[in-house]
Formats: sequence, structure tokens, C-alpha cells
Amino acid sequence: MSTVSLAQFHQTFFDESLEGLDTMETALLALDEGADTELVHGIFRAAHSIKGGAATFGFPEMAAFTHEAESLLDELRDGRRAIDSVIVELLLRTVDCLRGMFARAQAGEPLSDSVAEVLRGELAAVMGREVPAATTLARRSGDQMGAWAIHFRPHPTMLAGGNDALRMIRELADLGELKVTAELDKLPAFAALDPTECHLGWTMELRGAVKREAIAAVFDWVEDECDLTIESLQVTQAASAPIALASTEAPAPVAAVPATSAPARTTRDSSNESSSVRVGIDKIDGLIDLVGELVITQSMLDQFEQFEREDFDTARLELLRHGLAQLARHTRLLQESVMGIRMLPIGAVFSRFPRMVRDLSQKLGKQVKLELIGEQTELDKTVMEKIGDPLVHLVRNAIDHGLEIPERRRAAGKGDIGTLRLEASHRGGFIVVEISDDGAGLNRDAIVAKAVQRGLITSGDQLSDEAVAELIFQPGFSTAAVTTDLSGRGVGMDVVRRNVADLGGSVGIRSVAGRGSVFTITLPLTLAIIDGLTAAVGEERYIVPLMSIIESVQLRAEQVRTVIGGGELFRFRDGYLPIIRLHEVFGCDAARGTVTEGLVIVVEGEGARAGLFVDELIGQQQAVIKSLEANYRRVNGISGATILADGSVALIVDVLGLMRLQSRRKAA
Amino acid sequence: MAKILAVDDSASMRGMVAFTLRGAGHDVSEAENGQLAVDAARAARFDLVLADVNMPVMDGLSMVRELRTMAEYKGVPILMLTTESHTDKKMEGKAAGATGWLVKPFDPEQLLATVKRVLG
Repeated sequence: MSTVSLAQFHQTFFDESLEGLDTMETALLALDEGADTELVHGIFRAAHSIKGGAATFGFPEMAAFTHEAESLLDELRDGRRAIDSVIVELLLRTVDCLRGMFARAQAGEPLSDSVAEVLRGELAAVMGREVPAATTLARRSGDQMGAWAIHFRPHPTMLAGGNDALRMIRELADLGELKVTAELDKLPAFAALDPTECHLGWTMELRGAVKREAIAAVFDWVEDECDLTIESLQVTQAASAPIALASTEAPAPVAAVPATSAPARTTRDSSNESSSVRVGIDKIDGLIDLVGELVITQSMLDQFEQFEREDFDTARLELLRHGLAQLARHTRLLQESVMGIRMLPIGAVFSRFPRMVRDLSQKLGKQVKLELIGEQTELDKTVMEKIGDPLVHLVRNAIDHGLEIPERRRAAGKGDIGTLRLEASHRGGFIVVEISDDGAGLNRDAIVAKAVQRGLITSGDQLSDEAVAELIFQPGFSTAAVTTDLSGRGVGMDVVRRNVADLGGSVGIRSVAGRGSVFTITLPLTLAIIDGLTAAVGEERYIVPLMSIIESVQLRAEQVRTVIGGGELFRFRDGYLPIIRLHEVFGCDAARGTVTEGLVIVVEGEGARAGLFVDELIGQQQAVIKSLEANYRRVNGISGATILADGSVALIVDVLGLMRLQSRRKAA
Repeated sequence: MAKILAVDDSASMRGMVAFTLRGAGHDVSEAENGQLAVDAARAARFDLVLADVNMPVMDGLSMVRELRTMAEYKGVPILMLTTESHTDKKMEGKAAGATGWLVKPFDPEQLLATVKRVLG
């Protein structure tokens, strides 16, 4: 039973412990700036909970390891040991080590590793002692069986603590054959009797295969609230030793947990690592309120069912209209609230940066002040899980390439300490995350030289600052003269851009030489709903995501060129763009055959542009994305489907996929 | 069946305690910290309170002291869920008015045995 019922709490334990580790880390970083008892208490509590949970849920190695850290924290908490940077550093590494243990626990792998062993030693050394052997729990002693004489006299106040003498006597009776004699000598006269106090004592004789420890255990909660003697009636074992823990016992495991309660060996795919969402109670309450409103509106509308046609006068019509308007409003609110459940504050992603910035800047000999703004800004859970890596990359870049070492900053007339700011905000239907630094900015000459060397441009090209900045997003581009082990991991800005694009977002950069750079990531609020433009192609409706649209144009005949082997092109601003005829790609009939009759939607994806030829535009709308893969199968050039107001289905165009499809069609 | 209040800031630990006791047919309420436990105890009468020691807002010891000032909680069993590293905490708990303790780590069987022990 225990194996089954404990395993179901593992995920909760992992989740809360990882949160606890985040709390510890944040507090430890804050300790760097000055000790604060409340911070230390918070860190201690987190470690304490992890230890208790680890021992309970069958992770003894983790419990033993955390125990060391907890002991150190206990000393810090009591003021027995002063907090210094060495200890903070050590505890930060402990946090990292525990994170590793949790990752292994979730994967069902063995927990201990050499890092943990070394750290355990270091923790013990800081406290000025040897690593304790894994025998901190001594077992109680021996097999002494036979007959026992027990004298038990509770102090008068024992009952107030919730302990009942009768219960203990019953427990003894369960152990063996029990003879009980009550001592009534201290019983006061009835008038003087206080029923909340205990006035009795007992002399008992217990026979059977009973260990002393079993008897002592019955009384362990009241040791200090009674007079108790336990004596063996067999003379040969007459040693009426005081009830004490034997300290020199055979080694016992630190936590005696049955081996069968090891975590289930399920190998998890990291992408479905956390399939649960923690939702604030206020959000749930809000939802329940809304559902309540909806029910009221529904019952109000219900009454119309009973009316006959002739009963229907204008007043009732007005009422019906009112009810429908209310229904519409509540439905919209309900939709927003349900979407809101998937939304989490971006602070969860930001929280990893104080530590990272601290470690990186120390390693590079730079001084960096990190400012986090807008941590409460909420983001779709899926977006949140995938935005971490791109952000880490941008922050690394900013510290590695953007911010200068103090000497160079002084030479440039700036303060020693560089500022790195992460700012999240809500703008319209988008979340904007800006990563800005007051470092050196982009080095135009170095970028141009590199681009020429890489064959991305030719040396004579005259490029705007904007175009130069765009170069860093080209695949395989890297400007640092020496790639350090921090940024130079073969992952470039092109990957950042692609990852963000996968989330339906975009990345841009503004930079001023000598003043710093600002990277701007724009993300959709949610992946479940997109803003799109509905276009008609014959009888079909297609939705083009607003994110990828530049503009819509009606072409004149002189703008259009037909290139042999290259299909149709049209002149747009300074160049020519290919025309993709949606009706050809998707094999449906178009109402308008020549491009000058319909409209061309100019779209952009990964820096490439094209014109989508459609019959006409119907309007802008929000579309709830339904997966085509889940309901039908994957279709190239289509990212999903949605239901239109009239109940018909519209397909959502995958602009990038469509452009790839078109280039393949041309090649064929 | 008894009315039991389980108090722990750790959701996994609280969940385990509540699940085990509900499985044994008890009526279990949960509280995340001492303050919420005291509030719950004011609103309803419990036959047994099981509480963690280290909790934010109000710790387990303060909670016991607070409960023992209430007439209806004099003599009601209150067990502290303590960790083996704090033997002195057991005595602190007793001094605050706790009935006894259950040492972490414990498994569901140990928990049920202890609860049976106090409730009879």
C-alpha cells in the first residue's frame, strides 16, 4: 500500500521542492547584499521541507545530503555561525546539486553523484567536523523478553496536553498479558476533585515477548510528564537501565525506507516534463463567479421558451436582446478567464537570471547590475517554457559581448558597473520582452568585415545601420574575436530568432555604438488564439496570421513580371517578390484568375517575403486554433484550422511552410 | 471516523497525510500554516490536529500555544510532525502543549498507527 500511495505524491513533492530551491537561490543571492534573519529563516524552511519530503517519499540520499545543508543553515539561523561569501557560494552550489538530484529523481535515475559527495564533505568542513558516517539514526536496543514491572504515575497536568492514561494502558494490554493495579492514595475528596487533572497512578505487570523499547514507546510522549519505571522481572536481566537511546548500535541506514518505494522508472521526455499548471485561487474564484453569472443569464433566457408567439411583444424582445448581449459578454469574459489559466508571470523565467548574471560577470571580471522589470507580466505557459533558452542566450551575449570590463568602461567615460535590464510588458495583443545593456553596442565595422569574410555581403555594399544589425541574425555569424566558452557554443542569433519565430514571435535589435544595445522580443499573448486576416479564395476561407503580414496591395499590370522558371513576381518597394497563388497551392477554384483582379497580401517569415494572391479580404478576427494534425493529418502550408462565426471551417495559413512549399513547387 | 486537521506548508506532505487518513475513513481538513489552522479550528471542532513545526506565517509551536488557549481545544490531541534532527524540538512542542509527535519520515502505516493510538 505504501508504495502505491506514496508514488502519487512524487510529482507534487518535485514541484514544490523545485520551487523551494528557487526560493533558496533568490534568498541566497539577496544575502550577498546583506544578512537578514527572515531570509535565512526562509532558506532554512525550504531546505527543511525538502529534507522531510525526501525522507518520506523514498529518496534517502537526497535527505542525507540536504541534512548537511540544513545543519549549516541551522547554525546560521541561530547566529552560531556568521554568513560570509564562502558559505553563500557553498549553499548556492548545494542548490544546484539538489536540482540535479531532482532531475535524476524525475528520470528515475540513481541520485547520488560525486558532486554531492564532495559538497557534503565541504559542508561538514565549513561546520568544522568530519562527514558523519551514515549512521545518524541509532536503533534502540535488544531483545529482552519476559515479564516487566511497570510503575506509571502521571503528573496532574498530563491530561491537558491531550494524553490519556487509559489509552496507554490499553496499548500495553495489546503488547501482552497485563495486570493493572490502580493507586488511589492521591485521590482527593470528591468536592476538591478537578476532573481536568490526573490523580491516579498504576502499577502494572506485563508478560509476553515484549521488548523494553516497545513499552517505552507507549510512554514516549509523556516521559517528562510522569514518573515512570520499567523493570524486568527476570533477575538475570535485572539491569533496570534508564530509558535511553543506545548510541553504539549496528549501523542503520539514515532513513529506513523500503527498497520497493523507489520511484517508478519512467523515462520522461523533457518536452512533456510539466503537464500541470498551478493556478491562483483568485483565478478559479473568478471563473466560478463567471459561470454563476452565465447560469443566471441562461435561466433568464430560458423563460422565453415558455412564451407563445402571440405573447411576444416589444418589451419582451428588448429583454431577449438584453439577455443575449449579457450572454455574449459573459462568454467573452469566460473565454478570457479560461485563457488566463494558462498564463503565468514571466518572473518564473526571469528568476534564473540573478544567479546567472552573478556567475558570468564574476567569471569575466565584469561588474553588472541586473534590473528586472515587469516580472508580473503574464505569458502563456507554452511560450514561457520555450522562451527561456533564447533569453539565456541574449543575456549571455549582452554580458559577454555587450558590456565592457571596468577599465574599458572608464575609458569610455562610463561608470564601472554596467547595467543589464530585462523588461517585460504587455503591449496590445503582445508581450514585449526587452533585453537592454549600456555596453559598447554593435561594432559596425567588425560585423561588416565578418559578413564580407563569410560571403554574406560584398565589400562594396552600402548598408544601413538596420541592415548591418540584421546581419547578426544570419546563420553561422559570430563576431567575438575569441569565442569564449560562454557564448561561443555554436548557437547563434539565427537560432534565437528561429526559436522565437516558432512561438509566433519576432526578435529585433536597436543599437547605438558606445551606448548599448536593446534586443526586443515580441511574443503573442497565447498560442491558442491568433489575430488573423480572413481572406476568400473561391468558396474557401483562409486565415493569414497578422504577425506575418506587412501589407495588402492591389497590383497594377505593370508591376507584375513573369520569369521563366521563376513563376510570377511583382514589384514591391525596391525589389521583386514572388506571387503565391493560394488556389493553386491548395487546389481550389478561385473566383478571380488574373492577379490584377484580386489582392496580394505581402507576408514575411524568417526575413523572406512573398505575396499571397487571394480573391478578396473579408476582415480581421481572432481565431481559436484547432489542431489539424490531431483531427485530420498534417498538411504542408497549413498550421491549423478554426471555426468561423457561420460555423464553417477556415484553414490557417502557415506562412513559412507556404513559402517553402512554393520554392519546392518551382524547383519541381 | 474522526475529524482531523492536517497542517503543513508542504503540499506533498499534507497531501500524503490527508490521503492516508481519508483512506482510513477520517474526515480530513487541510491548512497551509499555523494561522490558517487556528482559523479553521475556530470555525469547526476537530478531534485531532496533526501539524508540521516549520511553517511560514505561523509555525507549529505558536499554533499549539494558540490552540491551547481556546477552551474547546484543551485536552484535544495535537501531534507535531517533526524531523529526526530536532530532538529538542519534540520537547519544545511538548512545552508548547502538544500531545506528542510523529517523527518524519513516516509512512502511511506509521501515520495510521499513531493516529489510532491517540484516537483509541
